Amino acid sequence: MLETDIKLLANILPHLPQAIQSQILAVEEFLAETTLTVRRESLRQVIQFLKTDPNFCFDVMMDLFAMDYLKYVPETPERFAVVYYLVALLQNRRIRIKVFLPEEDPTIASIHDLYKAANWFEREAWDLYGIKFEGHPNLVRILCHAEFEGHPLRKDYPSDRYQRLKTTTSSEGL
Amino acid sequence: MSEHPLTVSNEEADLKNVAFTTRLEDFINWGRKNSLWPLPFGTACCAIEYMATVGSHYDISRFGAEVVRFSPRQADCLLVLGTVVEKMGPILKQIYDQMLEPKWVIAVGVCASSGGFYRAYHVMQGIDNIIPVDVYVPGCPPTPEGIIYGMLKLQEKITKGGIVRVRDRHKIAR
Repeated sequence: MLETDIKLLANILPHLPQAIQSQILAVEEFLAETTLTVRRESLRQVIQFLKTDPNFCFDVMMDLFAMDYLKYVPETPERFAVVYYLVALLQNRRIRIKVFLPEEDPTIASIHDLYKAANWFEREAWDLYGIKFEGHPNLVRILCHAEFEGHPLRKDYPSDRYQRLKTTTSSEGL
Repeated sequence: MSEHPLTVSNEEADLKNVAFTTRLEDFINWGRKNSLWPLPFGTACCAIEYMATVGSHYDISRFGAEVVRFSPRQADCLLVLGTVVEKMGPILKQIYDQMLEPKWVIAVGVCASSGGFYRAYHVMQGIDNIIPVDVYVPGCPPTPEGIIYGMLKLQEKITKGGIVRVRDRHKIAR
């Protein structure tokens, strides 16, 4: 079972239509998991294809998170990345989609309409890393408090910079 | 034959068998310290230790504090068990404010006492930033014995305190 899966996913590229193939910058295999690095502008196109195509049917989004590769060795093409974990329940298959975002404009299209689960994950990535998800209906902080400044999981955020709530004194509206 | 100075009359002897004298303050405090009604504000592993403390093995009811309430209006001893993040602050304050006097607070574990090892962007550096604390229990998490010791220390404190408590025992910054 595992071997077949590895084979299938390692050979994923030829099975994709040309329009999708041209959007993929790299395919990586590690511990029986495939990672596709995708062009930023075509992320939605690729995910939509993987979700709806009957050969793949990645019907669940397990996770979505951001990465900050500042000072990362080896150097990455851009500072930020957003990673999507998709699962195809019937085939018991997983795939990772990775998109690199430049430091000066960490913007990516939202996929909240493709997977409802993405809604809060995208808010989390915005809160902690400052990734802007275009088209998100409610891109506000989800974990940090309302008066928080900056994005605390960015590598250039000082690890001991603690921010107190100053004006909010009731639990409403947090 | 003269009457011995220490001899008591029959009426007095009867009275001594049914009544004793004490100070009102001592009597009320004796009642208070032996019937604490705790409210667990459990946010982390300290709350798990508290469950063991209430359980039959450690049996906090030996000290009269086994009637755990989950409404602040029915409790007089707030136990803050675990990490309190800055965003949680107003909620904790609100719960404390809803408790009626007399009321006491035990900060269980290092997180509630001082922020513990979380010296980062999000964790309140001790709940005494927002509410007055009577007893601090060290440990990460403290053992049930530690929590019981904290309870006993609080009982000692109640014994020594007056009946009427001064609401602003501690000056709170906000």
